[in-house]
Amino acid sequence: MSRHVDLLIVGAGPAGMSAAIVAKRHGLRVLVVDEQPSPGGQIWRNIENLAGTPRAGLLGKAYGEGAAVVGRFRASGADYEPGTQLWHVEAGAGARAFLRRDGAASSVRAGCVLLATGAQERPAPFPGWTLPGVMTVGAAQIVLKSSGQIPSGPVWIAGCGPLPLLYAMQLLQAGGMVAGFLDTTPPGRSREVIAALPAALLGAPGDLLKGLSWIARLRRHVPYIRHVAAIEATGEGGLENIRYVTADGRDATVEARLLLVHEGLVPTIHPTLALGCRHVWNTDQDSFAPALDGWGETSEQNVFVAGDGAGIGGARAACLRGELAALRIAAKAGRLSEAEAEALALPVRSRLARALSPRRFLDRYYRPRPAVFIPPDQTIACRCEEVRVAAIREQIGASRPGPNQVKAFTRAGMGPCQGRQCGYTVAHVLAAAEGRSVPDVGLYRVRPPLKPVTLGELAALDTMDALS
Amino acid sequence: MFRTLDQETGETLTVHVDGRPVAAIADESVAALLLRQAAPWCRTTPVSGALRAPYCMMGVCFDCLAVVDGVPSVQTCLTPVREGMRIERQQGRPDVTP
Ligand code: FES
Repeated sequence: MSRHVDLLIVGAGPAGMSAAIVAKRHGLRVLVVDEQPSPGGQIWRNIENLAGTPRAGLLGKAYGEGAAVVGRFRASGADYEPGTQLWHVEAGAGARAFLRRDGAASSVRAGCVLLATGAQERPAPFPGWTLPGVMTVGAAQIVLKSSGQIPSGPVWIAGCGPLPLLYAMQLLQAGGMVAGFLDTTPPGRSREVIAALPAALLGAPGDLLKGLSWIARLRRHVPYIRHVAAIEATGEGGLENIRYVTADGRDATVEARLLLVHEGLVPTIHPTLALGCRHVWNTDQDSFAPALDGWGETSEQNVFVAGDGAGIGGARAACLRGELAALRIAAKAGRLSEAEAEALALPVRSRLARALSPRRFLDRYYRPRPAVFIPPDQTIACRCEEVRVAAIREQIGASRPGPNQVKAFTRAGMGPCQGRQCGYTVAHVLAAAEGRSVPDVGLYRVRPPLKPVTLGELAALDTMDALS
Repeated sequence: MFRTLDQETGETLTVHVDGRPVAAIADESVAALLLRQAAPWCRTTPVSGALRAPYCMMGVCFDCLAVVDGVPSVQTCLTPVREGMRIERQQGRPDVTP
């Protein structure tokens, strides 16, 4: 049987929870579904169990701040279903979403749907990145937050952005060992981005200073190699060696069992792509994001996006974007007048501008090096179907194929992850070879289901409901 | 590849990995459990038979697939352990197409 709610929120991270709190305050019937077993999103993962424990202490203040939001979310009265995946969504006069939970599929009708599906780590392919022993920094941090585990031996960390630094500090504090840190930020960045610094300092001076002090502390404790331009992982059935080359040509090989990599975040856009929403290219973030109005509504009516899925902005901005979307949705449902919604939104908007003020600086400072986008030919681009960059390149000819043709001929993007790891790589390789821009080339067409769903699960979907 | 923090004393339960009993910690994901084993991988790929281990831990990459309680291609990073759970490393393409 299909349920009906005023607002379906997909994702129980900062944006989804904040939206639910505001929407409930204005009397909407709200259902929040989330893939994870508990609320908090990736940033505040497992916070309910950890608040007040030593582990929360070592994860830091920004992590601890999640406890209050999760508490308000739990008290809001919104229906909440963890362990639930969205595998199909349709928009129209009202939205319709298809979910799976505990091996059974179901559907929900909603006046509005808010996609608060956050971000994923930017795929950063290099030769050997599929070997056991190579993981993302975000993955290792999730293991720490949700399962209380750290690498058992010295770990190499390679990447660019605040997260690798933060995780390295957390790991050291937890009693872990860092074998070395490969900073892949290209040289000359400070000079290039100095113009964006004042706004960032004004908005979040503490965060920036914290970052600098982490680098200083890390450099005192572990080998810290700057301007790493290329990485290669090798081994038989698992990581054994890492080779790295710096921008000034230093070439070294080190033994390693575990390498953690991170090259920034990109918004999760599979659901909005599937819905046919218009997307725009964000040059500073080298990624697509759905085109949104000032409230977070997409080009498809009644479909909203908030949080990092709207463009990477961090947890504080995500909460505020969630609140704005909920205000507009409440107005649409007649629970608020337009004027009331505008008045309530005013202070939220100014706090949002402040939360986003360091973004320009961070995005430009930590813009990934070129090899992240166009890796060497022997690199596996599509992890699922094991398609190498060379095979994608072979498709390029007089016909100037797009991503969908490349997919049909090479199977890149056809595996279970549905192009979440190779979409941008294919776009960049084609764009460079064909002299086009990445936004012009675009990504694969996204078809349902968004996540694999079995026939057994579909059987649970009420037949009449499916046909209605 | 991973180990539990010294201060953690979670409730333990027993699961089976490839038929052998293994101590698991309540609430950890199957993927996290596999990362603590001597063979920290979860499947071989259908194309080349290469070993793969969990990569993203957040449901994006699908590299953490394994057979859980007879169900093939389960995303183990999204699956908490349960007492008595049977986990098998997945070989190539699963017999049952999901
Ligand atoms: S580790 Fe990537 S989906 Fe589970």
